[in-house]
Amino acid sequence: MSVQIWTYLLVGITFAVYIGIAIWSRAGSTKEFYVAGGGVSPLANGMATAADWMSAASFISMAGIIAFDGYDGAVYLMGWTGGYVLLALLLAPYLRKFGKFTVPDFIGDRYYSKTARSVAVFCALLVSFTYVAGQMRGVGIVFSRFLEVEINTGVLIGMIIVLFYAVLGGMKGITYTQVAQYCVLIFAFMVPAIFISIQMTGNPIPQLGFGDTVADGSGTYLLDKLDGLSVALGFDAYTDGSKTMLDVFTITLALMVGTAGLPHVIVRFFTVKRVKDARKSAGYALLLIAILYTTAPAVAVFAKTNLIESVHNKEYQELPSWFKNWEHTGLLGWIDKNGDGKVQYAKGHVVQGNKNKPVFEKEKRGQKGERIISNVNPASENELFVDRDIMVLANPEIANLPNWVIALVAAGGLAAALSTAAGLLLVISSSVSHDLIKKMIKPDISEKGELMAARISAVAAVCVAGYFGINPPGFVAAVVALAFGLAAASFFPAIVLGIFYKRMNKEGAISGMIVGIICMLLYMVKYKLGWFDDVVPSSNEWWFGISPEGFGAIAMSINFIISLVVCQFTAKPPKEVQEIVENIRIPGNAGRPTHE
Amino acid sequence: MTEKQKIANAYWKENIKYLFILLSIWFVVSYGAGILFKDWLNHIRLGGFRLGFWFAQQGAIYTFVILIFIYVRLMNKLDKKYGYDRE
Repeated sequence: MSVQIWTYLLVGITFAVYIGIAIWSRAGSTKEFYVAGGGVSPLANGMATAADWMSAASFISMAGIIAFDGYDGAVYLMGWTGGYVLLALLLAPYLRKFGKFTVPDFIGDRYYSKTARSVAVFCALLVSFTYVAGQMRGVGIVFSRFLEVEINTGVLIGMIIVLFYAVLGGMKGITYTQVAQYCVLIFAFMVPAIFISIQMTGNPIPQLGFGDTVADGSGTYLLDKLDGLSVALGFDAYTDGSKTMLDVFTITLALMVGTAGLPHVIVRFFTVKRVKDARKSAGYALLLIAILYTTAPAVAVFAKTNLIESVHNKEYQELPSWFKNWEHTGLLGWIDKNGDGKVQYAKGHVVQGNKNKPVFEKEKRGQKGERIISNVNPASENELFVDRDIMVLANPEIANLPNWVIALVAAGGLAAALSTAAGLLLVISSSVSHDLIKKMIKPDISEKGELMAARISAVAAVCVAGYFGINPPGFVAAVVALAFGLAAASFFPAIVLGIFYKRMNKEGAISGMIVGIICMLLYMVKYKLGWFDDVVPSSNEWWFGISPEGFGAIAMSINFIISLVVCQFTAKPPKEVQEIVENIRIPGNAGRPTHE
Repeated sequence: MTEKQKIANAYWKENIKYLFILLSIWFVVSYGAGILFKDWLNHIRLGGFRLGFWFAQQGAIYTFVILIFIYVRLMNKLDKKYGYDRE
């Protein structure tokens, strides 16, 4: 069977399963809609959290980013896993004991203030919307690549599917579809990785394989070989990296703290039965995430070595067929700068302008049959353009794996993108229906009315996300990575202080959150988007060499300091609030909220 | 202070002690071994891995998983000790 038929088959089956689950798990009450009734088992919640967490970016792009960043890729690996330790130890059990529905619920009640709740709602919407637009785009890209439909049609199909199970099932529907999506995506990621590990090193476990010797019997370690290849081509050694230590440190910290502060992740821990289950399910979640996150660096090493060996200094006309297939999609490209008919891979950008992506001339072909690229960068000798996503997408073909494995990668990528989009949409809809309508605008709304409002806001959120997916504003891609900085700068300090510092009051928390998020937004707008200047300022102008991605760590520290200072000069929180804090610190009776 | 509050305070103190120990390990394996002392650890080899690189891309993640499960065990025991395990 051809790849195309396999892809339709596998994607069709998985979608049928998701829809079936959605019909089976309809939500009948707001409690089911917001937190799946609060009775999800720790393992199921762990799987749902893992699927929620791992987006199209984790599945498709991460291994590629690591392949090109080498050691520096560790910021994502550690940053996006280490946050779960903070979540498990500092947040999840206490928020579960608190026993309400959303993050703004906690902020609003703990800081006895509508202002605090509004600030939290604003931050939750800001973080979730920046994040979800990228996901819908991801759904469209995966569809277009594997099913050969237009990206926009892909976004529409994705919207309809998500709409179906998010609106019908709420958190309950999302939770059980995410369990299914986790199984699909992890299987799809591991199968090619194991095959390739065996081919390259003879070791079936990728995590061990990339530290093993190359299978050609020479006794050379794979990593030494890749270090050698990289240096020979003029790059830094793969295992060394090129970012400064301070930058690596702050980015890792910002990602970790941001992970722990993301509302769509936190809210998953409201769905289990007891405090004990919240702790345990954080453990399961990280274990299940770690399976992919420890495999990705191995895939990166296999793919990078494979790519250099099979392409560098080879005659273009003798390259294997996968090169031409992916050149056709625009993810690979070659410009014969020195006219020798061979592909030379070197440091520097192949092309210039157009965000360093090649501009292909439609049908025109060069002397050797290659696609013609118009924006050549003559300053670099590099002749090979490689899109980072290719490292996961093309891996099965590069390694000559059967057609069903290639189709599996498509189903996995879709599962990853859809599960994350659904989780984010739920946060958006509950922020609107619960935090805004029920808690602030119309407190006397009936249970039925609130459920209806939740469904309507979910529909609206899907449409907005779909709109941004079809017409992505230029800044979305840049901002998605910074959603973590925003979460780190706003929620994390307010929640941690709310639990661990009884004296913390509303004045401190509100001023901390506002100053924190403003600092982050300003730094981001100035150094990432460049709206204050004519061009985006270069990295030499960053404060202490800290990149916008890493600035979240600084903004978080500013939030902590402001909160603590302001709180010393203002009134203590009222007695009832101090009692709430005492109450959330001890487990037991988590079936009921700590207060009404 | 009532008897109930005393129990709650003692429980909280032990909880904080565990958090301190576990988060210290969390910091040491990631920021310590994976970032600050990476170059120094890279002189040591673990099969084909240089140790600092291994911590940054593998070891720290394994340790995170283990840390959470140790925390789960410790807290379950602590809940039992203070009688918070009954729902």
